[in-house]
Amino acid sequence: MIECKIKVTLGSFILDANFKIPGEGITVIYGPSGSGKTTLLRAIAGLEKNQDGFLKVGNSIWQDELNFVETHKRQIGYVFQDAALFEHLNVRGNLDYVIRRSPGLSKDYISSIYNLLDIESLIDRDSKQLSGGEKQRVAIARALLVQPKILLLDEPLSALDLKRKNEILPYFDSLHSQLDIPILYVTHSQDEASRLADHLMLIEDGNIIGNGPINDMLTRFDMPLSHSSNAVSIIDAKVTGRESEFNLMHLEFLGGQFIVPDNGLSIESLVRIRVAARDVSITKKKQIDTSILNIFPAVVEEIVPEGRAQVMVRLKMNEVVLLACLTNKSASILQLENGLSVFVQVKSVAILS
Amino acid sequence: MINEYDISALIVTIRLAIVSTAILVIIGTPLAWWLSQTKIKFKVMIEALIALPLVLPPTVLGFYLLITLGSNGPIGKLLESLGGNSIAFTFSGLVIGSVIYSLPFVVQPLQNSFSSIGRQPLEVASTLGASKLDRFFTVIVPLSRSGFLTASILGFAHTVGEFGVVLMIGGNIPGETGVLSIAIYDHVEAMEYSQAHILSGGLLLLSFLLLICVYVFNRRFSILKSSEK
Repeated sequence: MIECKIKVTLGSFILDANFKIPGEGITVIYGPSGSGKTTLLRAIAGLEKNQDGFLKVGNSIWQDELNFVETHKRQIGYVFQDAALFEHLNVRGNLDYVIRRSPGLSKDYISSIYNLLDIESLIDRDSKQLSGGEKQRVAIARALLVQPKILLLDEPLSALDLKRKNEILPYFDSLHSQLDIPILYVTHSQDEASRLADHLMLIEDGNIIGNGPINDMLTRFDMPLSHSSNAVSIIDAKVTGRESEFNLMHLEFLGGQFIVPDNGLSIESLVRIRVAARDVSITKKKQIDTSILNIFPAVVEEIVPEGRAQVMVRLKMNEVVLLACLTNKSASILQLENGLSVFVQVKSVAILS
Repeated sequence: MINEYDISALIVTIRLAIVSTAILVIIGTPLAWWLSQTKIKFKVMIEALIALPLVLPPTVLGFYLLITLGSNGPIGKLLESLGGNSIAFTFSGLVIGSVIYSLPFVVQPLQNSFSSIGRQPLEVASTLGASKLDRFFTVIVPLSRSGFLTASILGFAHTVGEFGVVLMIGGNIPGETGVLSIAIYDHVEAMEYSQAHILSGGLLLLSFLLLICVYVFNRRFSILKSSEK
């Protein structure tokens, strides 16, 4: 568990961060530029001079009224936006910088970190000659050598092009599955947030406006993301079978089974599915003569107007929440109301992992 | 042609330059670091004070030093009351004069170099578990190599070339305070132009070579830096 009640004053900008988040998994801190995401991360690291309040990570109190633990004693892994490798040292020198200062570090731990991020091939290179993605890998390995109680990542992909992003994203998946420390990941990309987050924290103008499990935060109508034109829902599922005849695979989730193009994932792998609200339509009776494969029974939970011509509908498919964006007219023809049992048709999905 | 007096002047000059440069780097480093980090209001006053020797006639500086260090001056009296001798007209007096006189030549390159590093490398080092002093020696010093080289070379060269301060508080005692620049002046006074030529030519060449070093180092570092981008 991470408990934070910090106030940072930077000229006229005030960050007032009061939240509790789980002590495991990836919490994405999401918000527009200038909302205070990086300042929050810096405050957790103890890098902001004008910070007051209370901060507890796991069992360690890093800040309260009487004490302020200095950054170098906090045992944090901090990955800066541009990797920030020491330019006067090569890759090995950058990693040894931490190893020399951590006498208790075991060889097994070091090699497990190197394996996790494929460092061996980079270790004798000059840190200035690495690509952006390689620099980030070294920076993450360097941060993990600290044996941190928390890993703080400040927009680690924002300086990379799409190709490099796709190169490094699988490493975050393995960080997620192999590390048992909490990871705070700052980003302003909804794509990265929906792919990586277990938990989402929304920040705006220096205030935390919401904080909860990812799909709740995406689909709650009191949160801004459910009202954007690219509102989405996230569904966690498992690969359970394939139809090799049609090159399709089956993804089972609590509300049914998706049939999607086979991308080669092995049976039993866990996948995350993203469904855009505008790709979901609603019927009162189950359609039979349709090209759409993914049809599930659902119950309407709440309907809110979205602009002048549309409504956003939140549905539940056996506890799994899904958003559908319809026109006002369709909603009125279907006589949609809370509690109504319907069928949802999902036109397309994105497989995120 | 070179006589004993010239040799001893050469030795005194080099000894003076080495000792002064060492003291300058030791004093100048924390001073420059403090100036590069502090946000206090009277920072400009301190910067101006350090830069004074750049514009002040050396004789003015030498005059005030003579007044304070001499046997009737406050520091001279203090030293005598402690059982020591006045340090005016001694090698120690010369070193004090040179250090004050050459201070801006050491502090300014160091301060520029420290400021240009920015706060990020220090923050990175602190997240990696390095304490304050540790960070300074493992991050700031290696990243300021060119600054230290420039500062030492300029401090050394400027001390070799000083005349006015030395004349006022040194008194030109052979083997103790007699330095090259004064030896040249003496040779000219005595119409010994050929000896003045040798010494002047030597100093000219030395200064030129040292400055080439400064520019080569700075160029090498700036090329290194631009190739990183």
